[in-house]
Amino acid sequence: MPTHDQVPEGSAPVESTDPGRIVLDSQDVTRALTRIAHEILERNKSAEDLVLLGLPTRGVPLAKRIAEKILAVEGTSVPVGELDVTMYRDDLKSHPTRSPHKTVVPAGGIDGKTVVLVDDVLYSGRTIRAALDALSDLGRPAVVRLAVLVDRGHRELPIRADHVGKNLPSARTERVSVRLAETDGPDCADEVRIATSIEGGRGA
Amino acid sequence: MKKHLLSIDDVTVDDIHALFETAAEMHDVQRRDVKKLPALRGKTVINLFFEDSTRTRSSFEIAGKWLSADVINLSAKGSSTSKGESLRDTVLTVTAMGIDGLVMRHSASGAAQQVAGWLRQESSTIPVINAGDGTHEHPTQALLDAYTLTRRLGSLEGRHIAIVGDLTHSRVFRSGVKCLTKLGAEVTVVAPPTLMPSGITAWSKDAGFATSYDVDAVLPTADAVMMLRVQKERMSGGYFPTAREYTVGYGLTRSRLGLLKEGTPILHPGPMNRGLEIAPEAADAASSAVLDQVSAGVAIRMSVLYHLLAGPSAAATTGE
Repeated sequence: MPTHDQVPEGSAPVESTDPGRIVLDSQDVTRALTRIAHEILERNKSAEDLVLLGLPTRGVPLAKRIAEKILAVEGTSVPVGELDVTMYRDDLKSHPTRSPHKTVVPAGGIDGKTVVLVDDVLYSGRTIRAALDALSDLGRPAVVRLAVLVDRGHRELPIRADHVGKNLPSARTERVSVRLAETDGPDCADEVRIATSIEGGRGA
Repeated sequence: MKKHLLSIDDVTVDDIHALFETAAEMHDVQRRDVKKLPALRGKTVINLFFEDSTRTRSSFEIAGKWLSADVINLSAKGSSTSKGESLRDTVLTVTAMGIDGLVMRHSASGAAQQVAGWLRQESSTIPVINAGDGTHEHPTQALLDAYTLTRRLGSLEGRHIAIVGDLTHSRVFRSGVKCLTKLGAEVTVVAPPTLMPSGITAWSKDAGFATSYDVDAVLPTADAVMMLRVQKERMSGGYFPTAREYTVGYGLTRSRLGLLKEGTPILHPGPMNRGLEIAPEAADAASSAVLDQVSAGVAIRMSVLYHLLAGPSAAATTGE
């Protein structure tokens, strides 16, 4: 029962020969997240009733970092949770099963809140579709918004992000990979890379 | 993970850990308002029970329903089995209806294996989950017991688990000892000589567990104790003179509770014969894990159904 084959869309670690090129380095990632934090505050007028939900794996540390930045700016600690969408995916049948990640709803719940979903890469939009379904089983937020570090295009569903770290036009055959210190080891500098993939990108 | 779950032999240690990981998330679902996940939407699971069961059947039913599968319960009573239909015909009939999974319990040891064999002959891709076959195996019970223990004790590596009771007739024991030793636990099984399975000396040596006739000697070093039910329906063979005598010799009585280390989890697969193999004081003790086992049962069965039914069917991936 392999557990690694269903990687979050578009964010597989770069293997093979092509190391690709770095499109966001560690400082760029920090700047992007700072801007997203400000945008979220501006859009919401304050940090009131905000809840950040990270999508595992890499959306979770990103959500935590955005919360830290909001705390620094506004002095308000925004609740951060985790939302796993494994069981809600529409491609369960085409991958070997994988154990779901944790879903953690902050103590105050999500009813009537402004929920900001946070993910690393927005690609087909299918993960977000699954996340919206998962969210409706947990409660009824007043507003749901989406923040992503990278939007690489190629949407397959009518979904768009409200806050984007970087728009990254890409070919379907390219692989976009995100590395973060929290998920990829403390020695790993934050970075976003794009590389040509031999397999021709994600099948779907 | 293999296609069927017929025996604990079908799962590797990695499989068990993956099943536990999923079960832990499923456990959280039990506490939600909306207890539904869409993973098995559109799939149909049949619970085919040729033997009486309350908790296993309802546990599988709830597990399937919470994963959005349609679950149909068939029991031998009131089905065409009581009109003399053979097991093979019953199974082939229900599978011909287009189901996606078969959970079955039967009084004959090896029945689930046999059914899986028939399905293979028919080139069917339906996974079979053994929910108890005779005195042979009950793999989901073993998994939920081990899962309950890991939640109480952490890793089972090197922990000493005592299994006490009617070993001869117990499929819970047969699956349990395999599962616990796979996870690194040191298991001692305790039974009166008349209820010790024949050939257990060689078997225990091969499988790496200990046997004992003396429950009082085993309990003080146990990190957990699993009591087995005295199966009254199988007790016609004069295995012990009176129920009272069994209790005195092997029951987890109030006085024996004092032999256990503080907080030692007490497990019982149920249904309990209170006052026979387990005293009410033990069943209701703060350290009793009996109700945890029941809720773990749903989580483990959700996990098993998810891993066996949600992915690509065996035919699609391997071309078998």
